[in-house]
Amino acid sequence: MSLSERLHPGLNLAGTDPEGHEAAEETLFGFWIFLMSDLVLFAVLFATYAAMSVQGIAEGPRPAEVFDLTAAFVETLLLLFSSFAFGLAMLEMKYRENRRGVLVWLLLTGLLGAAFVGMELHDYYVMITQHAAPPQASGFLSAYYLLTGTHALHVSSGLVWMVIMAVQVALIGFTTPVKLRLMRLALFWHMLDVVWIGIFTFVYLYGVAS
Amino acid sequence: MNWELIFGQIKWTSFVFAGMIENPSLSEAIASGAGSIAVLGALATVILLTVKGWWVPLWRDWLTSVDHKKVGIMYIAIALVMFARAVIEAALMRAQQLAATEGAGFLSADHFGQLFSTHGTIMIFFVAMPFITGLMNYVMPLQIGARDVSFPLLNAISLMLTMAGAILIMVSLVVGQFSTGGWSAYPPFTGIDFSPGEGVDYWIWAVSLGSIGSTLTGLNLAVTIYKKRCPGMSLFRMPLFTWTTLCTSILMIFAMAPLTAATVMLALDRYAGFHFFTNGDGGNMMNYANLFWLFGHPEVYILILPAFGVWSEVVATFSSKRIYGYTSLVYATMCIAVLSFAVWLHHFFTMGQSANVNAIFGIATMIIGVPTGVKVYDWLLTMVGGRIRFSTPMLYHINFLLTFILGGMTGVLLANPGVDFQVHNTLFLVAHFHNMIIPGVLFGMFAAVQFWFPKVFGFRLHEGLGRASFWCFAPGFLLAFFPLYWLGMMGATRRTYMWSNPDYVPWLALAMLGAGLILAGFALMVTQIVVSVRQRAQLAAPLGDPWDGRALEWSIPSPPPAWNFAVLPNVSSQDPFYEAKKAGIAYRSPAAYEDIEVPRNTATAPLIGLFACAWAFGLVWHIWWLAIASFVLIWVVVIARSFATDTEETIPAATVKAANEAFLAAARATPGVTRDREMTSDNKGRAHPEALEGRAGTIASGTAVEAL
Repeated sequence: MSLSERLHPGLNLAGTDPEGHEAAEETLFGFWIFLMSDLVLFAVLFATYAAMSVQGIAEGPRPAEVFDLTAAFVETLLLLFSSFAFGLAMLEMKYRENRRGVLVWLLLTGLLGAAFVGMELHDYYVMITQHAAPPQASGFLSAYYLLTGTHALHVSSGLVWMVIMAVQVALIGFTTPVKLRLMRLALFWHMLDVVWIGIFTFVYLYGVAS
Repeated sequence: MNWELIFGQIKWTSFVFAGMIENPSLSEAIASGAGSIAVLGALATVILLTVKGWWVPLWRDWLTSVDHKKVGIMYIAIALVMFARAVIEAALMRAQQLAATEGAGFLSADHFGQLFSTHGTIMIFFVAMPFITGLMNYVMPLQIGARDVSFPLLNAISLMLTMAGAILIMVSLVVGQFSTGGWSAYPPFTGIDFSPGEGVDYWIWAVSLGSIGSTLTGLNLAVTIYKKRCPGMSLFRMPLFTWTTLCTSILMIFAMAPLTAATVMLALDRYAGFHFFTNGDGGNMMNYANLFWLFGHPEVYILILPAFGVWSEVVATFSSKRIYGYTSLVYATMCIAVLSFAVWLHHFFTMGQSANVNAIFGIATMIIGVPTGVKVYDWLLTMVGGRIRFSTPMLYHINFLLTFILGGMTGVLLANPGVDFQVHNTLFLVAHFHNMIIPGVLFGMFAAVQFWFPKVFGFRLHEGLGRASFWCFAPGFLLAFFPLYWLGMMGATRRTYMWSNPDYVPWLALAMLGAGLILAGFALMVTQIVVSVRQRAQLAAPLGDPWDGRALEWSIPSPPPAWNFAVLPNVSSQDPFYEAKKAGIAYRSPAAYEDIEVPRNTATAPLIGLFACAWAFGLVWHIWWLAIASFVLIWVVVIARSFATDTEETIPAATVKAANEAFLAAARATPGVTRDREMTSDNKGRAHPEALEGRAGTIASGTAVEAL
């Protein structure tokens, strides 16, 4: 099979590292499948939220009363910029194999990601203390916290993963396994963007608009 | 330090034996007896392992292994152990229902509730799932000419998560109670208000562990089939068992997530006061019903499709004929896989949707019977004109065709919402799904064991005892479940622990008789295995092809070497091994051998399983330090593993060559056995192909060509 036939969605090592590219085929395909099953999980959480945010309000507050659109918008920007930074880290890895460059971009990615998680936790704090809207208040809020919380948990585990990858880049350097792990982490990170766009649209924008 | 900080909610009364001491009754005695069997069984295993000095081999050769073949065997071992427990529970329930007409019987209502909950949970998640997973793990890579699955370590981790779940369920026999909410655990009954104890938590975490394991298995097997097929093995040359494995894997990837979501939501309701499925505050149990059956219905096909694959292999092999309608079987399998996501609502026709919604799902349900019907005709037509051998797997197959069609008919009846309203929640439904799962899945797995056992262990199973076991299982099933159709139509509700209608008694007695026969069948099956191990010298078939097989797995020695194929085969047709035998080019030496890389054994998977089990136990009993520590340790193991670099070892070409040439020489030197002598000790695993019947059975040897 020629190299071009083995291309997979996302960043490919084909041009710069043929050996790594060959090893990537199976691993990256497997990770795409994993992402798909993870997205099924999010789809289920979205569906639950869709039902609960209409039928599950009970005596509790309505979506428009508790959401802070400005904060959600800033969070969106933080996450998108962190994804952009990760993209640059991957290009640095592919074309220069420059440890320092990759580490700097990873650090930026991680800081933006951590800021995202921090802001989200702050949102939760505000909702619980100022709007009396903890997850125990209603079915709607249970579904809201589960959906956004699962996303935040994914981002947080991505951050832990990123720390480990930074250590591996620094200690081990760009061996094929390390490269493939970075590529998978990048896909994971970008998928979380996609999910967040869904959350921003359906939970926040739609919730405040309706 | 106080007690609750260390032991959470465990008290001495949590132990099953406390119930017997404080409140002696027959029901408590049975519970204590079951607990004792679990404890004594574990103790006996420990003693046996110590006395025989098997701890080191167990750890070194099995638990730390990432070889798909050993993983597969361990899955099936779990399934058989759990089957023993769940089938005994079934017999107890039958006895209780027989004894409890106008009286209380001998079990308490609560104990009976735990029995039907564990029976269902175990049979689905810890018998059927590990059975099919083990079989797919073992057979599929051999059928596609691969050396292992795509992610061998992930495979071992899936196994260990499943094992952790199974151990958790066994622990619930001794420490605490299990859920009484049935295998589907509908809230609000399973919510904290109505089930305050630890029972539902046992269900939640055991099922969650199994569910995560299955998701990872599905991913792994699907990638293996897409990426690891040997040269020439195009999709439409794959054996049908591999096709059904692919469809089941895809279903697992999509269907397990809703279950995980549902169990997590139920857990949040119970542990943290959320309101997903509670009665008030905006909770809605219908969301649970939808999520659970969004998993639950595809699950039915996750189980049955691999069995369909087994039936396709068995019927072609034992009819000595190419499978009829290969392409239609593939399309039928795919249709079933897709449609299985479009029928989940038929599990709750009576729960309040409009008639139109019910009608749509009823029609979808009836449609799914069509591809299944296609398959039945294909199997029947495969037999037409074939030379059929009535060996044990074939007996199971014929029994399957007869009884599965009857079960399918009752399924079409139930697909009509009008009929469903009449018989829902009765024993008619219980009869229906047992009628699908026992002759379909369970007997399919039994047939698979008979069929592939010689491949796995290098000797055949005792045929006479296999047939004896079949002749208990098959009529036992009919007797145990067909009366339930009648009882259901008479109005007997499911999960009922005492009756007031004496008309039920004769039917219940018949069902009890059937349960007895099933137990006898199981006893005979265990006997068959023991006797076969003892007589393994006479039953030996090390040359790998005892049944005149068709796919690649029969072309290698039994048991297969760690590397499966000395040289990766190159196939050019369906049934490649059968075609090679027909053309007289089987067992030829390959032109050259190469070094083979295989993954090293690692303690990663068993450690993850151990900590996952401890984590779940900590959560069940609110032992927070244990839950937190185990959770952290799971990830410490994963991270530590990512720093390991020396994860593969090389088997030198010379070793592979010596082993393979010895096998090929033995195969060429042994005269092929004809089909009528297949069950005699002449059968050393070298078949005289049916296709060559009447011709001289010599096969050219020595010429070096690309190996098959």
